[in-house]
Amino acid sequence: MNSEAFDRALGRLLCAFARALTGARARWLGCAPAATQRVYFANHGSHGDFVLVWASLPADLRERTRAVAGADYWNKGALRRYVANRVLRAVLIDRDRSTRTEDPIEKMARVVDDGDSLIVFPEGTRNTTDAPLLPFKSGLYHLAVRCPDVELVPVWLDNARRVMPKGAVIPVPLLCTVTFGAPLRVAPGEDKDAFLERARAAVVALRGPEA
Amino acid sequence: MSALNPREQTIALFAGVGIILIVASLVGFALKRLVAKGAPHGAIDNLNARVKAWWVMVAVIGLAFMAGRAGVILLFLFVSFAALREFLSLSYTRSGDHYALIASFFVVLPVQYALVYVGWYGLYTIFIPVYVFLFLPILVAVAGDTTRFQERASKMQWGLMVSVFCISHVPALLTLEIPGYEGRGLLLIAYLVLVVQSSDVLQYVWGKLAGRRPVAPQVSPSKTWEGLVGGIASATAVGSALYWITPFSAWQAALMALAICLMGFFGGLVMSAIKRDRGVKDWGTLIEGHGGMLDRLDSVAFAAPVFFHLTRYFWT
Repeated sequence: MNSEAFDRALGRLLCAFARALTGARARWLGCAPAATQRVYFANHGSHGDFVLVWASLPADLRERTRAVAGADYWNKGALRRYVANRVLRAVLIDRDRSTRTEDPIEKMARVVDDGDSLIVFPEGTRNTTDAPLLPFKSGLYHLAVRCPDVELVPVWLDNARRVMPKGAVIPVPLLCTVTFGAPLRVAPGEDKDAFLERARAAVVALRGPEA
Repeated sequence: MSALNPREQTIALFAGVGIILIVASLVGFALKRLVAKGAPHGAIDNLNARVKAWWVMVAVIGLAFMAGRAGVILLFLFVSFAALREFLSLSYTRSGDHYALIASFFVVLPVQYALVYVGWYGLYTIFIPVYVFLFLPILVAVAGDTTRFQERASKMQWGLMVSVFCISHVPALLTLEIPGYEGRGLLLIAYLVLVVQSSDVLQYVWGKLAGRRPVAPQVSPSKTWEGLVGGIASATAVGSALYWITPFSAWQAALMALAICLMGFFGGLVMSAIKRDRGVKDWGTLIEGHGGMLDRLDSVAFAAPVFFHLTRYFWT
């Protein structure tokens, strides 16, 4: 087995593990799982989030979908670096404005130009508050303007944060659902704040009943 | 029938269940062709999904029986895991509960089943109600977050009692030493499961055919007096007719079946009240047509400990 095939097999194994642990049930409410080029944007509560969104996609879409994650976390240590880069094929971006050498929007846009879809977490960090969703960073808007042909699909991840809260090492097996909403685009003449507010509301609207 | 050896009785029992499922499958097929004319039909499609799921469940139980004591204990360990996961997924917890949750899944659950496996009656009957009851809130308190503290601790205790403690009393039947009934523990499990499940199915059938007056409309509009009385009476008759696989006489088996059916009914009612309170219709989606594991096993969970202790008190 060559190393790329091994990495892929490991990726499938990781997805199977995530699904066995959490059920990772996908609910496609606003759109069907299709090979359309998309940016999935989801709420963020745990490091397991992008594995979960990724695992809930059908295998053929997973091949063409890459998650955007923080380089500061995923580049720390050889194992994380290997899992993020080779197994999950994540797009790692530097979140620190003062030290970064590359524009993160440009980096994401190039992945889209190559024909892949993206998974992004526009809150920019994991939400550890009691609020359902933090305010969105402006990256989603800039990405949408830069890549106007891509569908922006809101995603609500339920329970993921309880599976693996900040600082936890062992995941708790709780059932998670991944709900996909109706795609959006930036409306003609819509300004940044109005778009971000609309995108944020679209994610919150997918929440299920409170436990 | 009583002259058969345990192995032959088990085969006779599974053959009987197989015949019932074949009839149910044929009825479902006929309804789909003749009444629904092949078009989607809510009630008939749900019936067929349920029958199909029954085939799978009976096959899984059959495989576990073939593997013997270890197989049955592993099966119920998995059942408890799935049930606990459904219960806690719908319970309010906070990040401070992480260690208590980890302990529930990875310590309490396997320890309880290990105790059942080695047959340590004195500990598996008090491990969760005493030790876990006390230590779980300690873990939550040590984490320091007091928001809705008692609600969070209680819900975890409840989840463990219903999904782990109560359900573990099904395989615990294997540990009872009943004079004259040696080597037949699996049949006692089959008896309990068959009576509870036939009670559920017969209540559903009687309710669909004759149901008029709801028992508790605020909790569950589908539970009717007609379904309750008809279902429990006919399931009690089923339980009595199965006396030959038990250590009971026919009338004792009837009384046992009645106790099982009543506990099963009220178990379903209590678990429905919890679901209604949390605003969901089903506990999960694991078993197609039935909902989750807990939707199928709410009645077993409430009936098992009572059946276990009645049998233990009067027959050992």
